[in-house]
Amino acid sequence: MTLSLTAKDREMFRGDHGPATKMAMSILVRMAEIAGAKELLDISGAHIDSTVYIGDAGLEFAERLAGLGAKVAVPTTLNVSGLDEHHWQEWAVPNDWARQAYRQMIAYQSMGTIPTWTCAPYQTEMKPSFGQQIAWGESNAIVFANSVLGARTERYPDLFDICCAITGRAPNIGLHRMENRAGELLLSIRGIPDLVQLSDDFYPVLGNLIGKLARERIPVLDGQCIFPSEDQLKSLGAAAASSGAVALFHMVGVTPEAPTREAAFQGHDPQESITVTMDMLRESRRELTHTDREALDLVVLGSPHFSLAEFKLLAPLVRGKRKHPNVKFLVTSSRAMTQLAKQAGFLDVLQDFGAQLTVDTCILTSPMLPPEVKYLMTNSAKFAYYTPGLLDRQITFGSLKDCVVSTVEGKVVRDETLWTD
Amino acid sequence: MDRLVIQGKPFIAGSASGLALVSREPISFWGGYDWKTGEIIDRRHPLSGSIAKGKILAIPFARGSSTTTAVLLEAIRAETAPNAIITTGNDFFFALASVVADELYSSPIPLVAVSVTDFAQLQTGDEIEIDNKGKIIASRFQQRIVPQRHTLA
Repeated sequence: MTLSLTAKDREMFRGDHGPATKMAMSILVRMAEIAGAKELLDISGAHIDSTVYIGDAGLEFAERLAGLGAKVAVPTTLNVSGLDEHHWQEWAVPNDWARQAYRQMIAYQSMGTIPTWTCAPYQTEMKPSFGQQIAWGESNAIVFANSVLGARTERYPDLFDICCAITGRAPNIGLHRMENRAGELLLSIRGIPDLVQLSDDFYPVLGNLIGKLARERIPVLDGQCIFPSEDQLKSLGAAAASSGAVALFHMVGVTPEAPTREAAFQGHDPQESITVTMDMLRESRRELTHTDREALDLVVLGSPHFSLAEFKLLAPLVRGKRKHPNVKFLVTSSRAMTQLAKQAGFLDVLQDFGAQLTVDTCILTSPMLPPEVKYLMTNSAKFAYYTPGLLDRQITFGSLKDCVVSTVEGKVVRDETLWTD
Repeated sequence: MDRLVIQGKPFIAGSASGLALVSREPISFWGGYDWKTGEIIDRRHPLSGSIAKGKILAIPFARGSSTTTAVLLEAIRAETAPNAIITTGNDFFFALASVVADELYSSPIPLVAVSVTDFAQLQTGDEIEIDNKGKIIASRFQQRIVPQRHTLA
């Protein structure tokens, strides 16, 4: 199988559109060949995950492209960076690390991108539309764009997203193609009690389980008793994209490519059917907690970045209360969402509670936590999944309400009513 | 000594050798691989605590975060990467790190895809040699255990 290029692709490959486009196209072509693509396709949007500062190699890549005069060819949003540009000094971010992370932010901004600095670009005005061909990085954004919006992106890694953005092209493979978007694994949640399905910790717990069951297959969920909110689908997708390689899921009667079960499978039979049980969910919930200690130093919400609707849910839970003096309470969100929350009056309520806010980044992508913060609690399966490895700290998973109650009590308190045998 | 020869498909061609580090569990390098030391740090992964630097890492595919590529690229630059990675398909995330390492530093790492059946024969501790045609020779000093076939009368 050989890759066929258009005249314009070949111009970009040869360097007729400048050295940065040449470098991006050269990487794109090599990768398209490895992926077995026959052609490239036009994209009309990109989201860049390469903004996350990891080390010097990623920075050198960004500055090489920027130095060669790279400009994006399509509207391009930026994922979280390593730095809350205006508030990083309130935390334990080392100066030299901040300098490098900032250089990386500048490099990507110089390419004509939109500095959204968020891992939830689908909750900005740059949200893609149904059927739109895009090249997105960031696992939670990819799964949301494909599943909930019906936009089409392959599961693109860092460094590749920017090559697509610069050239306006992507390999015509995988989830860009309708025939590859059919469900493969049927997961029935019909037997799960309504009260569990209505609880806010159900979706991250289910997502974590789905990632493990599906691995790289496309799961189809059926039998839910409610129509989940956008943020519930967001937490489900983020969890499934952490514990598995899920880039697309369907939910019958909820997501746009699954009006019926048959449509979700595009008329094929499922490769496998699994009935989700309470035992499986209990085990999944247990896995998200890495300590049985009650000790608590920090409660952190907002992976993916907190939305306006989530601020709205949180505000009445903390109103009139005050956090325990020994526990920090942190919400991570985007600049734009934080401004909306401020205008809606939610930030005053949070401030009175003693909460802190960080924008542009999160605890996983910025070395912001001081060493004395050892025990964490969250309602995010993604934070729960990555904290032990990335931050070498203990974390407890709980519902939003558990997180607030624990912050007030100064120790981990979880309501087990729904989860006990 | 037992010797196993597997013909793989090199998706980034190159030769490499080293001791095998094998798991059938996929991994995210972000939160799973410390590029400063080459240690597997995903505390739920069976290889947690193992050093993959200088080894031949055999892992079916990369799961989770799209930052896996960036972490592997850092590891290649810092010389803490595995000498090669064996997967069960052309893993896009690993391939991109190797392609960009080639572009920036002219130092790609070999990547070879093998069938699921061949993958299952590899064991941690095998001495592995990979050539640039994707041929994998795995040598083991302990006798291979051949599964017994039980037939029902």
